[in-house]
Amino acid sequence: MSYSIEGSTGTWEIVCGLEVHAQVISKSKLFSGAATDFGAEPNTQVSLVDAAFPGMLPVLNRECVAQAVRTGLGLNAQINLVSRFDRKNYFYADLPSGYQISQFAHPIVGKGEVEIELADGSTRQIGVTRLHLEQDAGKSLHDQDPARSFIDLNRCGVALMEIVSEPDIRSPEEAGAYLRKLRTVLRYLGTCDGNMDEGSMRADVNVSVRHAGEGFRTRCEVKNVNSIRFVMQAIEAEAKRQVEVWESGGEVHQETRLFDPARNETRSMRSKEDAHDYRYFPDPDLLPLVLEDAWVEELRTTLPELPDAKRSRFMREYGLPVYDSGVLVAEQSVAEFYETVARGRDARLAANWVIGDFFAALNRTGKTIETSPVSAASLGGLLDLIADNTINGRIAKDVFEAMVETGASALKIVEERGLRQVTDTGAIDDAVEKVFHAHPDKLAEYKAGKEKLFGFFVGQVMKAMAGKGNPALVNEAIKKRLVGG
Amino acid sequence: MMLTDFSIAEARDALRAKKVSARELTAAHLDAVAALNPRLNAFITVTPELAERQAEAADAAIASGTAGALAGIPLAIKDLFCTEGVRTTAGSRILGNFVPPYESTVSANLLRDGAVFLGKANLDEFAMGSSNMTSAFGAVENPWKRRDSDAALVPGGSSGGSAAAVSARMAMGATGTDTGGSIRQPAAFCGLAGIKPSYGRCSRWGVVAFASSLDQPGPFARSVRDCAILLGSMAGFDAKDSTSVGMAVPDYEAACRRGVRGLRIGVPREYRNDNMPEEIEKLWQQGLAWLRDAGAEIVDVSLPHTKYGLATYYIVAPAEASSNLARYDGVRFGLRAGDGDLTDIYERTRAAGFGAEVKRRIMIGTYVLSAGYYDAYYLRAQKVRALILKDFSDAFTQVDALLTPTAPSAAFAQGEKMDDPVAMYLNDIFTVPASMAGVPAMSVPAGLSAQGLPLGLQVIGRPYDEETVFAVSQVIEDSAAFSARPAVIAGGRA
Amino acid sequence: MVRRLAARLACWGFSPLEGIDPNMSLDSATVRRIAKLARIRVEEADIARLQGELNGILGWIEQLAEVDVEGVEPLTGGAQIALRLREDLVTDGGIPEQILSNAPDRVGAFFTVPKVVE
Repeated sequence: MSYSIEGSTGTWEIVCGLEVHAQVISKSKLFSGAATDFGAEPNTQVSLVDAAFPGMLPVLNRECVAQAVRTGLGLNAQINLVSRFDRKNYFYADLPSGYQISQFAHPIVGKGEVEIELADGSTRQIGVTRLHLEQDAGKSLHDQDPARSFIDLNRCGVALMEIVSEPDIRSPEEAGAYLRKLRTVLRYLGTCDGNMDEGSMRADVNVSVRHAGEGFRTRCEVKNVNSIRFVMQAIEAEAKRQVEVWESGGEVHQETRLFDPARNETRSMRSKEDAHDYRYFPDPDLLPLVLEDAWVEELRTTLPELPDAKRSRFMREYGLPVYDSGVLVAEQSVAEFYETVARGRDARLAANWVIGDFFAALNRTGKTIETSPVSAASLGGLLDLIADNTINGRIAKDVFEAMVETGASALKIVEERGLRQVTDTGAIDDAVEKVFHAHPDKLAEYKAGKEKLFGFFVGQVMKAMAGKGNPALVNEAIKKRLVGG
Repeated sequence: MMLTDFSIAEARDALRAKKVSARELTAAHLDAVAALNPRLNAFITVTPELAERQAEAADAAIASGTAGALAGIPLAIKDLFCTEGVRTTAGSRILGNFVPPYESTVSANLLRDGAVFLGKANLDEFAMGSSNMTSAFGAVENPWKRRDSDAALVPGGSSGGSAAAVSARMAMGATGTDTGGSIRQPAAFCGLAGIKPSYGRCSRWGVVAFASSLDQPGPFARSVRDCAILLGSMAGFDAKDSTSVGMAVPDYEAACRRGVRGLRIGVPREYRNDNMPEEIEKLWQQGLAWLRDAGAEIVDVSLPHTKYGLATYYIVAPAEASSNLARYDGVRFGLRAGDGDLTDIYERTRAAGFGAEVKRRIMIGTYVLSAGYYDAYYLRAQKVRALILKDFSDAFTQVDALLTPTAPSAAFAQGEKMDDPVAMYLNDIFTVPASMAGVPAMSVPAGLSAQGLPLGLQVIGRPYDEETVFAVSQVIEDSAAFSARPAVIAGGRA
Repeated sequence: MVRRLAARLACWGFSPLEGIDPNMSLDSATVRRIAKLARIRVEEADIARLQGELNGILGWIEQLAEVDVEGVEPLTGGAQIALRLREDLVTDGGIPEQILSNAPDRVGAFFTVPKVVE
């Protein structure tokens, strides 16, 4: 089912491309040796090069290049062994040199792709046009003083990867899926932490609309959207706006806009007539970047297993359905956690527990995998107790809650609270007998044909046994008794 | 002999032999600066206290046997090199009272070797010019005068102050930068030896950038050997400059003595034409004869794209400059003008801070890079540049060095050629091609014009083969026996 | 003056100035646009003079159009060597006083500019 907007002149589809700016994980900046940490005191992570003092020159950081190559490999993209840095010239307070060193004509990474999974289970390939390295700009604070803007250059010169998608996206959902998948891949590779709220990943959204079968109409760019949810909202809002423009007989003009989440609409940025004449030319302080094939291949061998491959393997090795596998591989740390739990155990049971009770507990307590009160080994221990019938599934849930609260091991909790499962058939028969005795009317109803009362009897027996009855044995005992009369 | 008449080589020996102290040597030069600079305006900033401290330190080092190669040698530093704690202007108003908290690599190298800095030498604003008439701090006067004329002459540019200082014996040597001829042409106009090394030989870190793919620091001195001594100190790989070449610095001083026996010297036919003043043509022939007499073979060569060198230069250099000078915006250092919004600050700061020639070049550069023109101008110019380099590479398969005149005339008067920018640009006609190709080139004084002004010959060598350039230049210098002295000179009559 | 210059240029091998393609010369609107791009304020009174000077320079560099550059790769540096890379170490920064030391308008640890409206 494809996304469309119904207008008075017909059905409109959305054409969308995303330009993601991803801050590269590295200790120092792209062309200077200043640090890149988030949240430092203003202007304390600035070198003379970043501040564009007279006579300063750029020197390229090898690790930033490696990170771009790793990312390209993770996107199944073509790695360009020869690439070049160009200057993008414009004036702005947070751009000290009056130009940004970027890559225009010859980027380091060429065409690639990202596979996205949609809610209906379908998958689509979204093309990546290119990836290039460029400098980030500094930060302007406009709210510190009534008449002045304050400039902090800490971020100026930090390496960014600009990842440009093909205009293959056709719905807000696809955009969201693309961003989530891209973020996951970057985090797996360790090349970007994808924290949109900290600004280490930002998206510019290109949106146009058209009737089915048409070529491309004029697009607008919505800049600097800093959450996946806002990207999806912005696409919808902008597409609707454009449809209205076309349908009222007007024409959409190419322009840059900002998304206002409070109003759920986009508005035009202050127009800058020459904003697009960047006068790109090769940076004369730098030479062509030439990579050795052997170096690229070496980086390829050190890549971690990526999410798609891991998901396929989980399906194969652990027999998990595609949805569950997808959930487990969304974060590398979760996947690792799961595999520790699942190793040598019932993999599907492990999956259910991780995705179900475990995630719920993390949500409830506001913890993350890294700060989890229950370790993978610990959870595994709980599953072992289920597997060897020490406890049943029902009791296990209680034990788990106690593990979350106290951090103690499953075994300890079971022992301390005497939660061992009852498998003594004599005790079970006793309990069954007591229940039938207490509910003769229900018994009669069952015998008269109301078969679903079976569940009632099971519940009552379990209650009487404080939940510790082995469910299989309880079922058997009740069945026997009913049949027997 | 006056202390200010010593060559660097002689001073070095005298200092080692304790015949003279660094303090005395520096004091003599500071006196010369005090006496002559008010007239010649070769220095924008004079640093007497700094120089005296450095001279003292040099004496101590000499006494303890730890003296560097240039210990106690007083130099002028072109005010394009950022000098820590010393105001640096680039000859412009826009830098205001900028005091760099860092030292350029080249000047740091000279300090490392014990040199003494007398002050910052005047220059055309942002190194854009061939006359030193565009400095915000006033023109520089050439210490040389035409026979029977009182007219103040230009020292050439952009490193006019450096050349005037060395020529008038206010300094023993000086640093300059050469982008299209800014060392070689003033050297010729002032009767000095001056070399533009191969691109990448000297670090550009800390040198106010004009045209990044062309700028190259280099020395001025009164002899080829002194130049070699200075270059040996200035040159060297710098990891902070991505265009710095990772090659060891040879012994340039030793190379001077190699001679030219068996070398082939090329004469590019395209450097000759009808407009060439006869005396320059004759000097050129004389230079070739000297080299022939010294055992070199003279070979006719062709550099077919020579005539396009200037046009190529005046597209590429302004384009790079328009981008390099964008940082002068009144926000982090220097002059700030205007009281409106940010755009107003930018526009008024740059209007007030930049001189006319700089503005012209920024605008030409902005235009040739702008949308729709990049291919026709900049890209095309870079292709022609490749052809110019190929001309040199091809020629260097037949010869080891080239000999040409340095400039199409002797020094002209202040105020001449100012009505038309292009007329001024033609001064660079012989020097620009070597800049475009990145090859080393040196000017050495070879004779005097009919009016008694110095004329220079230019020696061009293979990439990174400054040694051959020095060897050929030394033979020219020995043969020319150039001993004329400028009218305005330390210890001379004013 | 233009004729004298043309003659001199011709001797040095440059094509004469006559016959410059008028499409290649700058009009005053273009001069204003370039000044805007370059963030240099040019007073109206100076536009005409600047236009003349720039056109003079551009007309002269037009001659590059006659060179055959078919198949020629553009040169970017004097020496064609590949870009050197540096190790990913923090070797710089932590010098806020040096960075701010020359600021024309500084408040605490910040540079300031007139407020920018986005």
